[in-house]
Amino acid sequence: MTVRIGVVVFPGSNCDTDTLRGLELVGAESVALWHESVDLHGVSAVVLPGGFAYGDYLRAGVIARFSPVMRSVAAFAAAGGLVLGICNGFQVLAEAGLVPGALLRNRSVRFAGRWISIAVERGDTPFTRGAAVGVPLRMPVAHGEGCYYADEATLDELERNGQVLFRYVDASGQVAADPVDPANPNGSLRAIAGVMNRAGNVAGLMPHPERAAEGVLGSDDGRALLQALVDSAAERAQAGRIPEVAVA
Amino acid sequence: MSHPPFTALRFAVNVTPRPGILDPQGRAVEQSLPHLQISGVSGVRVGRRVELTVAAPTEGEARAVVDRLAHELLSNPLIEAYEVEELGPAADVPQPAGAHA
Repeated sequence: MTVRIGVVVFPGSNCDTDTLRGLELVGAESVALWHESVDLHGVSAVVLPGGFAYGDYLRAGVIARFSPVMRSVAAFAAAGGLVLGICNGFQVLAEAGLVPGALLRNRSVRFAGRWISIAVERGDTPFTRGAAVGVPLRMPVAHGEGCYYADEATLDELERNGQVLFRYVDASGQVAADPVDPANPNGSLRAIAGVMNRAGNVAGLMPHPERAAEGVLGSDDGRALLQALVDSAAERAQAGRIPEVAVA
Repeated sequence: MSHPPFTALRFAVNVTPRPGILDPQGRAVEQSLPHLQISGVSGVRVGRRVELTVAAPTEGEARAVVDRLAHELLSNPLIEAYEVEELGPAADVPQPAGAHA
């Protein structure tokens, strides 16, 4: 049975097509979910793609957070549904309070558009299963506000709970713990590139796995993350564990 | 200060990065100061000011609307603080040409 995954399209999303394709490459049926509709079309997981939703006006992700589709996404997440935010999608999730922390303007005050490496912190989550832990994965970043921030107490708690999923590393796999390390493209605290919520069903990351999903793009390292999501969603669908949401 | 019912009031919401939060924009401004031959300036923090008009039956209700807006949309309480300034009846506050009424 092919699992259906939804990709939200906000005005200003620009990685939606790449994400739809990336998910198809790893065996999913991917469908676009329009921001003005609360209908999730019975998907087994939702991806919020990269881009500049609503022009990133005010703060990246905040206007998108209040769009009709996000009411359904929030209900889906609250009921245990899998949600992944990539880049701008991560910013939307953070603004919505669905994942902890905030994405500040890059420490350099410059847009970071280049190839970086991240390492998977743990391979036993719906977003990382099957991915090699601690191995540098090459993929692009493309953002102006990607500096991960949470207060010290929250950072400690995230570490304790195993909510840090990805960290920026150099090519040898060394964590770019110093925020000014060139391997840390935005100055994120503790080199955090991606986190998940406490319940373990909502995750966000700044780098773009969908832009590194096949060799012709320069890397297929991102494919493992898309595969993890699709496999996790398929398993949940098989077990009848996909929440139904009805939002007016 | 009292206003007739449904008087439209003009407010300003000043949003600033919380103390201790990295403000790369403020730092960039600070780093540019030597190019202007300005010295002795420090602690630059860049925020945002949003001005808006609220029509409500009472001043208190208008303030409540602005507070909710400031808290939920105009600021991210994790990283930013805000202050609400009441500027007075909208009719008395000069507004830039082309501003939304």
